[in-house]
Amino acid sequence: MMSPLRLLKNGILTENPTFVLVLGLCPTLAVTTSASNGFGMGLAAMAVLMGSNVMISMIRKFIPDEIRIPAFIVVIAGFVTITQLLISAYAPALDKSLGIFIPLIVVNCIILARAEAFAFKNGVIDSLFDGIGMGLGFTFALTFIGGIRELLGNGTIFNFSILPSFYQPALLVILAPGGFITLGILIALFRNMQLRKEEESTGFKPDFDGWEKLDACEGCGLKKYCGGGGSNLPCAKEEKEGDA
Amino acid sequence: MSLLALFFGAIFVNNILLARFLGCCPFLGVSSKLETAKGMGIAVIFVTVMAATMTWLAYTFILVPLGLQYLYTLSFILIIAALVQFVEIVLKKVQPALYKSLGIFLPLITTNCAVLGVAVINMNEKYTFIESIVHAAGASAGFLLAIVLMAGIRERIEISQNMPRCLRGLPIALVTAGLMSIAFMGFSGLIK
Repeated sequence: MMSPLRLLKNGILTENPTFVLVLGLCPTLAVTTSASNGFGMGLAAMAVLMGSNVMISMIRKFIPDEIRIPAFIVVIAGFVTITQLLISAYAPALDKSLGIFIPLIVVNCIILARAEAFAFKNGVIDSLFDGIGMGLGFTFALTFIGGIRELLGNGTIFNFSILPSFYQPALLVILAPGGFITLGILIALFRNMQLRKEEESTGFKPDFDGWEKLDACEGCGLKKYCGGGGSNLPCAKEEKEGDA
Repeated sequence: MSLLALFFGAIFVNNILLARFLGCCPFLGVSSKLETAKGMGIAVIFVTVMAATMTWLAYTFILVPLGLQYLYTLSFILIIAALVQFVEIVLKKVQPALYKSLGIFLPLITTNCAVLGVAVINMNEKYTFIESIVHAAGASAGFLLAIVLMAGIRERIEISQNMPRCLRGLPIALVTAGLMSIAFMGFSGLIK
């Protein structure tokens, strides 16, 4: 048995479903128009994830390998239906704002991926903590993205005004394009952080990061005369062509 | 609403990818090559239209008479899973090359929210049988359009060497999708 703390950390940081594994993008993009929507969606997905992980790891000895995917889907769909009924009974407002994306939890790749990659191979307790960890990671990511979009697009977080009243909300961030662009930039920042860390630990820094100009003189026979693009000398090739 | 308006509205105004955010995983996963994107789009059209037909029939003639509407998630996903299996077998037989290039993505159509999403939207909007099929055809044609456009752009982006390392691949694809989505917002006046 693995330590529960490590499983939790794995879900929240090391294998964060949104920023590292990049799974389950549809709800990530669609319901994160506000922090509270993102939080609600995250909790709903976490409930399903915990239930399906535990259930699948309990029955994994009886499921033949060939039909495991349909079996997973039936288990997941069952838990989604339960969650859906609970939400519409106890949180009708959330039900309305999440709308079609609650039944669509059933096709959320995170849940199927964890069933296949983890719950089908590990014990019940481990699977439960894996579900909690992944669910927390997903909830955290959704709330974070929702918070950013709500802040920029509406000037509020969890419906509390944060930005001063002279701030003109950028409505585009809440609309569809904002979802794509916000997530794209966040993933890029997350990767940048990882790349930095990798460079520090290995001591290897690639000579080209894309920020600088490409070595356009590679393969140019006249490179040795002007020293390539880096030196202050004028480009030998241009001069030669200019002469001709 | 006339059927034509429904069809074009589903392609442009309520584009299933860029406005409704359904089917993002294949949109970002399979869109790096034009050829594969086309195959995926066509497979999705086929599966979505078939799934819309089957789920409409199952909902109207089985779930409603039995009063089991709350089981729609479970029954829809089972119908779709069976359909995808069927498409996979047909494709393997008829178009082995395409089957090879789509590889692991065909089973992923089962977990493509676009297919289930269209079925659920049809149910929520209480479309008639014909309307359901037209809406499914329009929505999946919109998917094909968006994924092919995206693949065309991405094939060019991949060549560019001047991109920061952290932006390569997925992040820049997401930003591109955002810009495409802004462009598609221009269609919103097309159909009232």
